[in-house]
Amino acid sequence: MDLTLKIWRQANVDEDGKMVDYSISDVSPDMSFLEMMDMHNEQLINKGEDPVAFDHDCREGICGMCSMFINGEAHGPDRLVTTCQLHMRKFKDGDTIVIEPFRANAFPVIKDLAVDRSAFDRIQHAGGFVSVNTSGNTQDANAIPIDKHNADKAFDAATCIGCGACVASCKNASAMLFVSAKVSQYALLPQGKVEATDRVLNMVKQMDEEGFGNCTNTGACEVECPKGISLENIARMNSEYLYASLKG
Amino acid sequence: MSKLESKVPEGPLAEKWTNHKSKINLVSPANKRSIDIIVVGTGLAGASASATLAELGYNVKTFCFQDSPRRAHSIAAQGGINAAKNYQGDGDSTYRLFYDTIKGGDYRSREANVYRLAEVSTNIIDQCVAQGVPFARDYGGLLDNRSFGGVLVSRTFYAKGQTGQQLLLGAYSAMNRQIARGKIKMYNRHEMMDLVLVNGKARGIIARNLVNGKIERHSAHAVVIASGGYGNVFFLSTNAMGSNASASWKIHKRGAHFSNPCYTQIHPTCIPVSGEHQSKLTLMSESLRNDGRIWVPKRLEDVKAIRSGKLKPTDLNENERDYYLERRYPAFGNLVPRDVASRAAKERCDSGFGVNKTGEAVYLDFAAAITRYGKEQALVKGYDENDALLVKKLGQEVVRSKYGNLFQMYEKIVDQNPYETPMMIYPAVHYTMGGVWVDYNLMTSIPGCYAIGEANFSDHGSNRLGASALMQGLADGYFVLPYTIGDYLSDDIRTGPISTDSPEFKSAEKEVKDRIDSFINNKGTNSVDFYHKKLGKIMWDKCGMSRNTKGLKEAMIEIKELREDFYKNVSVPGSSSEFNEQLAKAGRVADFLELGELFAKDALERTESCGGHFREESQTPEGEALRDDKNFSFSSAWEYNGEPSKAKLHKEQLKFEAIEVKTRSYK
Repeated sequence: MDLTLKIWRQANVDEDGKMVDYSISDVSPDMSFLEMMDMHNEQLINKGEDPVAFDHDCREGICGMCSMFINGEAHGPDRLVTTCQLHMRKFKDGDTIVIEPFRANAFPVIKDLAVDRSAFDRIQHAGGFVSVNTSGNTQDANAIPIDKHNADKAFDAATCIGCGACVASCKNASAMLFVSAKVSQYALLPQGKVEATDRVLNMVKQMDEEGFGNCTNTGACEVECPKGISLENIARMNSEYLYASLKG
Repeated sequence: MSKLESKVPEGPLAEKWTNHKSKINLVSPANKRSIDIIVVGTGLAGASASATLAELGYNVKTFCFQDSPRRAHSIAAQGGINAAKNYQGDGDSTYRLFYDTIKGGDYRSREANVYRLAEVSTNIIDQCVAQGVPFARDYGGLLDNRSFGGVLVSRTFYAKGQTGQQLLLGAYSAMNRQIARGKIKMYNRHEMMDLVLVNGKARGIIARNLVNGKIERHSAHAVVIASGGYGNVFFLSTNAMGSNASASWKIHKRGAHFSNPCYTQIHPTCIPVSGEHQSKLTLMSESLRNDGRIWVPKRLEDVKAIRSGKLKPTDLNENERDYYLERRYPAFGNLVPRDVASRAAKERCDSGFGVNKTGEAVYLDFAAAITRYGKEQALVKGYDENDALLVKKLGQEVVRSKYGNLFQMYEKIVDQNPYETPMMIYPAVHYTMGGVWVDYNLMTSIPGCYAIGEANFSDHGSNRLGASALMQGLADGYFVLPYTIGDYLSDDIRTGPISTDSPEFKSAEKEVKDRIDSFINNKGTNSVDFYHKKLGKIMWDKCGMSRNTKGLKEAMIEIKELREDFYKNVSVPGSSSEFNEQLAKAGRVADFLELGELFAKDALERTESCGGHFREESQTPEGEALRDDKNFSFSSAWEYNGEPSKAKLHKEQLKFEAIEVKTRSYK
């Protein structure tokens, strides 16, 4: 396939960026999107130009490091995949592909397509844990049976990979889906219930301080989430938050 | 430094760890507050160690090259984690887990370490559940288990096909709690460039901030390397793109012995290579072998028809298929250990039975499992179990609930629906059993420098059993290192803060800067990947699934030549003071170009076959691996001596007191 790429180039957080056009040929439909980007970079290096910086690591859709806003969608046109699992067979010969970083005030650009998502880490520091010591002196794992439906729902919430697609897709750059996934995971498990009140208040407070926007229930986050994290989690967090605020 | 002391405690095997813990020196809570520890890497081992050390009261500084500690490649582990809980009541015990691990490792691991691993395995599950890790449960609300290769019990705990992710997020959450308390200082997007020794002790590291390129000095009373394995020396592997051996290799060059580099695990069930553009390989969890049956056609003409697209695998009936693992290994069948399954796949493909265009793929078929589960569900729900369509639908639902994410991943990559047609799989480099030599306390041959998780060599011998890597990472980090490190640090309570102004820090920093400048100023003609791919090809062709004297000798020469060419002709764009992925990669590939040579040297030295190391010169008439216990019952420990080819071999003789050394048989 022959393609035109329009890629966001920005040297660092302080400089202005711009879209730059490139053409690339002989792209195989079996390539992953990032393998196409590798090929493009190899060509830039051989021409003595600066390769395009982008984040990536596991390339199997689980680490959450790859980002990219492709043709107006986080992780591109395919559903339930990250950019690294998006394959070029989803595009046609002659296509123009627009590639931008995840854009949000809370995600400053580091270079080109790589952004700083450490705000997500700081939200987790505020309460994304169960306060249990790691000394091994815990009760037997089967001491508390957990209803399978709740265990399964907790698992579904816990599969969030922290990539930030929800924020990038949201017109308000809200992080509600991300935060609610962690709040839900613990709220659904007896181990997490003990600190549920403080957790939801602290995590939401940190989320607001990081400069993420509010949720207006548009639902774009759920559509673009590569792990299919459900809006139900946001509803659960809202109820947890209300309860916690009243309990005060 | 060159003396090899394993420091295994005296006494009966089952009491060694308990006795050792009772006798080693401790550091008081007040003194822990004045002791700093550096941890490099945030996978299961590094994250769990950081959290526990911080919780004990030490000041921890943790480094990872990714943008968040949660991205470390432990996250990609799929199938599960072993623990001798015996919840299934199928006869499991600490001894049996120990025995299976030693046997699976082909009697090339240290007995006392493996026993300790089995002993603490049950604590891990308790710990993780207490942290809110959502393991799979049955309808009674209790934890579910499944079976993995090389064992006859169900002891594997799992969270769908995302067990590594859930365990790592558990350890990450424990870290977050300590980061919030200020006990861990986290350095994201930082890479360790070198180890700093002061008076022969590890006293800090030189790190590079990958965002702005700044070189930083960090001091500590001890340094823990938890940076994973070196599978990416093969270029194509199931490791993450950034996974590298540089931290391990740097400490090796500073005096830490490197053990058994030739022990590499080639995992039998990975998605086959699709073309020249391939940047990495994707694993399909071993747990799939619980329900999937592996086969190739019996007749070569059927193979040809399939390759040319004239025949579909589903057109072949049972009699026309060769379920070669079930045929060769009736006792373990599709659940033989990984090394055995990989070699059997290679044997079939080398004989011309490979089922894809490149001839390097075999089938992993779920049709039988779908029917079996479907019939069971039909019975439970009171439907007609002879309604084939309904049974298929019900069976597919069960398979989806067990392996849904893996099937989805397969479909996205290969563009075929594995619920309808068998998966195609082929072996790929997955894990490295070799690594930095450590004693029973997990200390390397450099005082104050520790190695944990995949980075060390300790527990898996020459072949690791499935679901044991997660177990080892968390055992080392949560339950072993935090105890043993106190014994060493008890001598450091009066040392006070370590200065970063010493000549040792200055000279280490200068070496790092010079090396970076030399890459940037080289202005060669070939990209870093050009060399990495070439190295990978040499490794796969000559140090891969089977090895021989001629190939290994050639590999050593070719890698050395490639390394020399790399330093002359590599091109690294950009500058050293910006976010520069190519520069980071150049340093990592430079280290792989040395490690690869030592790998080949180690493989050449070991003329026996054992576990994942198969020497063509040493096999039984049936083509099985033939060990040579008389001459090779040792772990190699290589001492750096200027360059890889000149490394000096030390041998740690392996003594088995509680176990009888036998020929491994899975027939």
